[in-house]
Amino acid sequence: MAVLQINGSSIDVNDEGYMTNHAQWNPDVAAELAKGLGVTLTPAHWRVLNFIDKDFGEKGVVPGIRRMNKVGGIPTKELYDLFPEGPIKKAAKISGYPKPASCV
Amino acid sequence: MRQLVILGAGTAGTMMANHLHKSIDLHEWQITIVDQYPKHYYQPGFLFIPFGLYSEKDVVKSKREFIPHGVEYLESAIDRIDPRTNSVMLASGTTLNYDILIIATGAKTAPEQTEGLTGSDWRKRIFDFYTFEGATALHAALENWNGGRLVVHITELPIKCPVAPLEFSFLADWWLAERGLRDKTELVYVTPLSSAFTKPICADVMGHTLTDKRINTVTDFNIARVDNDQHQIISWDGREVPYDLLVTIPTNMGDAMIERSGIGDELNFVPTDKHTLQSKVKDNIFVIGDATDVPASKAGSVAHFESEVLTKNILHYMHGEPLTEDFDGHANCYIESGFNKAFLIDFNYELEPMPGTFPLPGIGPFSLLKESYVNHLGKLAFRWIYWNGLLKARPIPGISHTMSRTGKRIPPTVPTDVASEA
Repeated sequence: MAVLQINGSSIDVNDEGYMTNHAQWNPDVAAELAKGLGVTLTPAHWRVLNFIDKDFGEKGVVPGIRRMNKVGGIPTKELYDLFPEGPIKKAAKISGYPKPASCV
Repeated sequence: MRQLVILGAGTAGTMMANHLHKSIDLHEWQITIVDQYPKHYYQPGFLFIPFGLYSEKDVVKSKREFIPHGVEYLESAIDRIDPRTNSVMLASGTTLNYDILIIATGAKTAPEQTEGLTGSDWRKRIFDFYTFEGATALHAALENWNGGRLVVHITELPIKCPVAPLEFSFLADWWLAERGLRDKTELVYVTPLSSAFTKPICADVMGHTLTDKRINTVTDFNIARVDNDQHQIISWDGREVPYDLLVTIPTNMGDAMIERSGIGDELNFVPTDKHTLQSKVKDNIFVIGDATDVPASKAGSVAHFESEVLTKNILHYMHGEPLTEDFDGHANCYIESGFNKAFLIDFNYELEPMPGTFPLPGIGPFSLLKESYVNHLGKLAFRWIYWNGLLKARPIPGISHTMSRTGKRIPPTVPTDVASEA
């Protein structure tokens, strides 16, 4: 467990840097978490983050790549362009949700 | 007569037919089971076919043989379910009306979901062993193997029997050593996960076992396509893994009938309450085995434990009583590790696999999360238990559908709310 300081607020994260209290999340926190991963958030990124937020609310888990494609309408290639290397892990971290167990 | 319809006469559907035939009033209820295929395959046996340890006679029997007299058996493909009218349309045009429906249509491989997988290398250099045909074809390919790069690959999760790709890799190491081909073969294990398995402690043990057996591991590999000309698999982030022989686990999906019915998720699995096994589609639809979206392993042991809970809940539902929330995600899996040894893991939604003894605390005879000869004997004995006990819904002495914590060495630091997917 660790605590990050973002814009004067304390953010609880686990050893891998995933937030442990989603109530502490807001768009400014997302921007800072993204910066830490070398990602600058654009409207295209927000489309992904918003889908994760909506889907997590309904299903209680971070959606996998296939669900992003089929339900979210976001192609895999675009996910890798937006969040290089590990799109689901990075997008989950930026959106303040836990690390997905079975996704890249 | 009121109608109870079971879709699918595989492991889960057959067990439900036997359970319900014993426990419900057959003067009041007619049970009908529908399946389009005549053969019942013992799927855990597919693992042994590529190595010549099992052949067709070990893994195939007639489905009808396991359906009790008094249950109507229909051999037909299913077109779709219509939850609004409580009916099932068969491919033949017949309509079955139901009061209660149990969906047990399982999961199957879908190689066409990956670009290039069914190209010119398919069944020449690329094989699966999750189908009888694939396992048999792979046996022929291994008989002609003289060395090179043998790549074992998982496309995406969830898959049936998530430990089977590890078992295949361990058995390949043993089989190659027996044939004097191990030093001529580079074994590579390619997974979309960040480690060898979904659950951390087990992943650690399996990771060490892969290393000890000189099996190279490529993690976080999300396949984009297969290049049949260059004989390599390519990930979305541009990594290339060349193969001489690729043993792949294709995407696993629920039945296409689920999609036609408009009741599935993105992989055609049916949204299901993970403790009661009632579908989220409608109150009178229940789901069991690989067809559900519950975050448990897709494995025969899970279907077996689920069948005991679902039988109770079908009876509760028939009597207008509240359902029990008894299914805890219990799974129990042998992991063959070659050289006549095997691991055994026992876990549920809350508790990941732990070391210990099973089923008797301190006695065993099986060891948890540790290799032993006795575990291997257990794996081999399991085929007899499957055909003679499990499918016929006979209780297995000493093993409950709820996972037991006694006999397990559980460190105090392990969180009990780990509900990740196995």
